[in-house]
Amino acid sequence: MSVNKEEKQGFSRRKFLLRATIGTGVMLGIAYGSTPLIRRKIAGVANSAEAPYQGPTDDPKLWFEVTAGNQIIMHCPKVEMGQGTFTGLAQIAAEELEIGMEQIKVVHASSASGNIDQFATGGSTSIASLWVPLRQLAATMREMLLRAAASQLNQPVAGLQALNGVVSGNGKSLTYGAIVAAMTEWTVPETPALKDPATYQHIGQPYPRVDLQDKVMGAPIFGMDATLPGMVYGAVVRPHTIGATFAGADISEAEGMPGVIKVVLEEDFVGVVANSYVEAENAKRKIKARWTTEKVWQTADIEAMIRVGQGKDVTIQKEGNTAAVLEQVSASVITAEYFSPIGAHAQIEPNGTLAYVEEDQVTLMLSTQVVKITRQEVAERLGLKEEQVIIQPTFLGGGFGRRLHTPNAMQAAVMSRAVGKPVKSFFTRKEEFQNDTFRPPTHNVLKGKLSPEGRIEALEHHISSGDVMYGSPLLPRILQTVIGSDIGAWRGGMIQYHGIPNYRAVSWRVQLPFATSWWRSLGLLANTFAIESFMDELAEQAGKDPVSFRLEHLTDSPADVRLAKVIQKAAEQAGYQNTASNGRAMGFAASTDATTPCAQVAEVSLQDGKLKVHKVTCVLDPGLVINPDQVRAQCEGAIIMGISSILYEKMEVEDNELHPIIYGAYQMALLKDAPKEIEVILLENDATPGAVGEPPLGPIGAAIANAVYRLTGKRHRRFPLEG
Amino acid sequence: MPTTFILNGRPVTVQADPNSPLLWAIRDELNLKGTKFGCGKAACGACTLHVDGKAVRSCSYAVKFAEGKSITTIEGLSQEGKIHPVQQAWMEEIVPQCGYCQPGFMMATAAMLAEIPDPTDEDIDRNIVNVCRCATYYRMRKAIHRAAEISNTPS
Repeated sequence: MSVNKEEKQGFSRRKFLLRATIGTGVMLGIAYGSTPLIRRKIAGVANSAEAPYQGPTDDPKLWFEVTAGNQIIMHCPKVEMGQGTFTGLAQIAAEELEIGMEQIKVVHASSASGNIDQFATGGSTSIASLWVPLRQLAATMREMLLRAAASQLNQPVAGLQALNGVVSGNGKSLTYGAIVAAMTEWTVPETPALKDPATYQHIGQPYPRVDLQDKVMGAPIFGMDATLPGMVYGAVVRPHTIGATFAGADISEAEGMPGVIKVVLEEDFVGVVANSYVEAENAKRKIKARWTTEKVWQTADIEAMIRVGQGKDVTIQKEGNTAAVLEQVSASVITAEYFSPIGAHAQIEPNGTLAYVEEDQVTLMLSTQVVKITRQEVAERLGLKEEQVIIQPTFLGGGFGRRLHTPNAMQAAVMSRAVGKPVKSFFTRKEEFQNDTFRPPTHNVLKGKLSPEGRIEALEHHISSGDVMYGSPLLPRILQTVIGSDIGAWRGGMIQYHGIPNYRAVSWRVQLPFATSWWRSLGLLANTFAIESFMDELAEQAGKDPVSFRLEHLTDSPADVRLAKVIQKAAEQAGYQNTASNGRAMGFAASTDATTPCAQVAEVSLQDGKLKVHKVTCVLDPGLVINPDQVRAQCEGAIIMGISSILYEKMEVEDNELHPIIYGAYQMALLKDAPKEIEVILLENDATPGAVGEPPLGPIGAAIANAVYRLTGKRHRRFPLEG
Repeated sequence: MPTTFILNGRPVTVQADPNSPLLWAIRDELNLKGTKFGCGKAACGACTLHVDGKAVRSCSYAVKFAEGKSITTIEGLSQEGKIHPVQQAWMEEIVPQCGYCQPGFMMATAAMLAEIPDPTDEDIDRNIVNVCRCATYYRMRKAIHRAAEISNTPS
């Protein structure tokens, strides 16, 4: 879905910013949208699981820059972490700008440009939320260029047309670059009508991603690669235990280590700045930090906390009266419970920042999903105005939600201020594994009752989870009260089969002693694993085929019809079989996430006792597809990331420490584990683009578990299956 | 004590501690950022480069061992303006997502193809054991086979 249509859209004509610059032509900026209360927007998220566009709303912001060489540079408020957002947004902008793809270059908007996303990059919302605003911005800019060309060529606008970055008519033509170079005063027109989809040149094309060449040639585009003249390295001592509070440090030995410039001892952390990475890390090991902890935790303690029935419960979905059906004395209620472990982000680029604090200005270069919050935190800590803190986002070496809070920026800035030099500082891998904002463990309880005809009369889903949205700096505490439950924890937890007469979903909140937060697709992976495994269990009890059993419980509502279509297509495309043959078996599962339905069929076997996923068929309906190749890439990656979680990944707590602390020991899918066949089919049963990056993580877990059950007769209700 | 070696075809001398990891000398002293830091324990492969044509995880390889050797990084994989078959295949298959781990995978692949010009799926499974969190493995396998095909096609 696109932006919330109830909100007033459009932008203020008064706020076009025109600024002549030296060497690069003219920057055209614009302020987009009204400023509805964030509270209302977030409440909208709770209802629809969509995040409306949270773009800049007050002053003019820089969006497009036209160079003399007739290239348009788009300053993008969303960050590129692999999800392909730069490519999709470039296609959308190029479409309305009437330029070729080779004429647009996308860069991360510096906070100095003013173009700061007010929320974050995440939640599979970048393309969907900018779908309307970006086209309006680009179309208005094209119209401005047309009118400017009309006056320069002394021709009526009506006789001119824009194509491939050139305005022409009556045998005359001007490039956008030439128009901009000759213009000093601009007229800001009304936004013209947006293009008819039938005339799209770029939208829907499987173009190679715009950052492909840089990424294949090894260009220095990541936060880790940032440099400034005179840069030195900082290393912060991070706790290795749960619930540790910093209580000072003995720094005397570290101060005498080779290459050390300064040991920076603050109230809340200690770090050391040295001439090189190796010297900083060596000196860090000599700092004797003191930590206080209240309790020694073990995995068993955490598992005992995550239980349905404990903590605070909120009903998140209710239809009919499940209690009346499920609590009848004679009712033969079917119950099953499912479990998921603590999951790590394990993105390969560690968190880190290059910070340079000068007299009245701070520059930070880093991989972050939250430019706005990072800037606030640094400004607050250094006692500066936010405008004095310039965040230059870089390409992210993986996001997955790990960079939705980057307090490491503040620490690097404090160290830079202490030594008066640019300081780069980042986590070691052990620190990443022990200080992650983990995917919370879950416990799901499902209860259902079948009618004599084998239809579901009532279905209840109870979810116990650590926090996802709650406790995140992205959402102020007051908004948590407004929303009333952790929408991240229960994402994917609602019953999607609306033909069931009585259903209910309940979210139980547990606060764990370590940080849990956003992890790609949030609760979707674990909650769909539970619901869709249970649907198979019910289908078996009903003596029905799992595919037709699912379809029987869908209505003719638009959402249910879209879901039915992906289910039917996936079963047909995979040639779904309900019985094992030749040592292989198939499993089926489907889910709807943020209005995008997805169905998957996994085909598995056991080879020397090891589970092998041979093929996954994936049908996704994200609505209008901007770039089919990138949507496929997201599906392929999500499927294999899901296989990794379902088969292998698990963090444990031993004597207050989170383990493992290294790849390998934290087992993940490798090339050998990837299915040799992944077939992705895209349906487009909506005229606007919807979520892509997370929805295909929904069905994969249950699809595998259901396949294993058919193959072996063993029902797995806990992942990792191989753990 | 300075250490001298050939980097991407040119002799270089570095001042880094001979016992420190080669990765940091390449990234910071020689300012080539394509070789990545991922784990520092030779567990993820993001720092893979070639030492005399063999794939080496440079986060755990001391500078002193590079003395007199020939080192190739992702920046030197394509030579004389001609794109290396592995990089060409990676472009054709549009493998990267976030892209951070990809130089390590391409270097590991190039080293494997030098030994096994036409690898089977089993060869690939056994030899390419780096970690990609975006899980671009499906396209990687296709790209590896494609790279072998390009390499084995007379031009």
